[in-house]
Amino acid sequence: MTSQELAQQVANLQAALRSLNAEADRLAMETANFATGAADAAPAAGHSFFITGLTVFALACFVGYYVVWRVTPALHSPLMSVTNAVSSVIIVGALIATGSTAGFTFSTALGFLAVILASVNIFGGFIVTQRMLAMYKKKQKK
Amino acid sequence: MVAFAPLAYLVAGICFIMALRGLSSPETSRQGNNFGIVGMVIAIVTTLMLPGLISGLSLTLIIVGIAIGGTIGAVTARKIEMTALPQLVAAFHSLVGLAAVFVAIAAFYAPEAYDIGTRGNVRVGSLIEMALGVAIGAITFTGSLVAFAKLQGLVTGKPLVFNMQHMLNAGLGVLLVLAIVWLCVSNSTVALWIIVLLALALGFLLILPIGGADMPVVVSMLNSYSGWAAAGIGFTLENNLLIITGALVGSSGAILSYIMCKGMNRSIFNVILGGFGGDSAAAAAGGHAGDRAVKAGSAEDAAFIMKNASSVIIVPGYGMAVAQAQHALREMGDVLKKEGVDVRYAIHPVAGRMPGHMNVLLAEANVPYDEVFELEEINRDFGQADVAFVIGANDVTNPAAKTDPASPIYGMPILDVEKAKTVLFIKRSMAAGYAGVENELFFRPNTMMLFGDAKKVTEEVLKSLDS
Repeated sequence: MTSQELAQQVANLQAALRSLNAEADRLAMETANFATGAADAAPAAGHSFFITGLTVFALACFVGYYVVWRVTPALHSPLMSVTNAVSSVIIVGALIATGSTAGFTFSTALGFLAVILASVNIFGGFIVTQRMLAMYKKKQKK
Repeated sequence: MVAFAPLAYLVAGICFIMALRGLSSPETSRQGNNFGIVGMVIAIVTTLMLPGLISGLSLTLIIVGIAIGGTIGAVTARKIEMTALPQLVAAFHSLVGLAAVFVAIAAFYAPEAYDIGTRGNVRVGSLIEMALGVAIGAITFTGSLVAFAKLQGLVTGKPLVFNMQHMLNAGLGVLLVLAIVWLCVSNSTVALWIIVLLALALGFLLILPIGGADMPVVVSMLNSYSGWAAAGIGFTLENNLLIITGALVGSSGAILSYIMCKGMNRSIFNVILGGFGGDSAAAAAGGHAGDRAVKAGSAEDAAFIMKNASSVIIVPGYGMAVAQAQHALREMGDVLKKEGVDVRYAIHPVAGRMPGHMNVLLAEANVPYDEVFELEEINRDFGQADVAFVIGANDVTNPAAKTDPASPIYGMPILDVEKAKTVLFIKRSMAAGYAGVENELFFRPNTMMLFGDAKKVTEEVLKSLDS
C-alpha cells in the first residue's frame, strides 16, 4: 500500500465521519423537535382528564352499588348521615377557592362561605352518626 | 412531592369506601365511622398542603370558617332529638348543595386557581361540568329546604299541586338546558347566574308537590343528588377524590330511594310527579265512612291480653316517633319479657320519615337490635303470634294493599298483623293514615282499638302490667 493510497483512505474516512456527524446533528434536531411536540402534546393529554375522571366515576359507582347493598336495613339512617358527612368532601374545592387567589376576591368570599357550610356538615354529620351508632346494642346475655 | 396529593386523595377515597363498608353490621359500624373521619382529615390536610394555597389571609379565613361551621355542626348534632333526624339530614343536604353552588361559581370567577382556563375563557368541558354541578347543587339546596320545612311542620305535609305544574317544571327544565348551552358557547356570566336561578326554582317546585308520606323517598333522593353534585364539581376540579365520593354517595342515595319506592310499591316517577295522598284521599275517605262499629278497649284490657300471650310482635310507626313513645314502649317490652312473653319488633321499610328511622329510635330507647326485625324476616311469624301491638302505624298494616286493586296503596308490601290472634291498635282517632286510606283492620272482630296518645296509652298499659 503506497502512502498516496493511505492518504486517499484517510480522506475518505474523514468524509464519512463528517457525513455521520451531519446525520447525528440532523437526528438530534429531529429528536429535539419531537420532544417539543411531545411537550405540546402532554397538556393536550391532560385535557382529557374527563376520560380518566369518567373511568374513576364509573368504577366508583359500581363499588358504591355493591357496598351499599350490603348495608343492613337497620343502619340505613346512619348510612344517610354518614354519606352526607362524606359528601362534604366538597370542602376541598372550597379550600382551594379560599386559598389560591391573591387578595380578597369574590371567589375568596364564596370559598369562605362554602368552607363554613361544608364544615357544618362534616362535624354535624359525623357526630350525629356516631351518636346513632353508639346506641345500637346487642341483647345482654343473661 | 407532586404525586403526593393524588395518592393521599386515593387513601381518603378508600377510607370513605371502608366507612360505608363498616355499616354492613352494627358491630363494625363504629369503626366505619372512624374511617370516614380519618378520610376527611386526610383530604383536608392534603388540600391545605397543596403548593401556593396558604398565605396569611387565606389561612385565617380557612381556620375561622372551619371553626364557625364546625361549632354550628357539632352543637346541632349533639342537641338534636332522634325523632327530628329526618329534618336534620334534609337540612344538611341543603348545605352540601349550596356549598357545591358556591364552589362552582368561585371556579367560574377564578378559573386560574383550578387551572381550567382564564376568566371569561374557561374550557368548554369544564364549563359543562361546572354548569351541571351548579344546577344539581342548586336543585339539592332548595329541594332540601322544602323537604326540611315539610318535615319540620313549617309547611303542610299535604302535597301542594296546582294546574300546569308539570308543564311549568318541564319548561324550566328545558330553559335550564338552553342556559347551559348558552354558557358553554359564550362563557357568559349572565348565563351562569340564570342557571343558578332556574335550578333554584326547579328544586323548589319539584319537591313542593310531594306529600309527607313520600318523604323517605325524597330525603334519599336528595341525598343522591348531593352526591352527584359533588361528583360534578370533582370533574371541574379534576379531583378524583370528589368524583369517587360523589359516586359513592350518589349511588347510596339512589339505592335507598329504590328500596323506599319498593316498600311502597311505587315507581320513582310516580313519587317525583307527586300529588299522592291529596285528592284520592278525600275520595276514598268519603267511600265508607262512619256507620261501622269498632271495638275500643282500655289499657287494662290490653295489659291483660299481652300478659297472657306467649308471643307479642310490636309494630312501631311514625306516630310512635311523634309521641316520643319509644322509651315507654321499651319498658313495656321489658316487663312483658320478665313475664316470659317473647317480644319482638317488626319494622316496615317505609316506617318513619327516613330510611331506618324506626331502628334508630328503638336503639335510642335501648332496644337491642337483635330483637328488631325487617319485614321479610318476621312477616311469616305473625301467624304464630298471639298479639300484634301496632303503635302509631297504619297504612303499612292495611290489608287493602293486598285485596283492593282500587286502593291507592294496592300492591304495597304490608306487615301481616291481621294474622295474629289479637291486634291491638294504638291510635289517636279513627282518622285515615297518610295515604288517606281507611284501614279495614279496625273493624275486624279480633282487633281492639286503644284510643289516645301513643305515649300515654303505653304508659297506662305499663302501669296495669305492673300492678
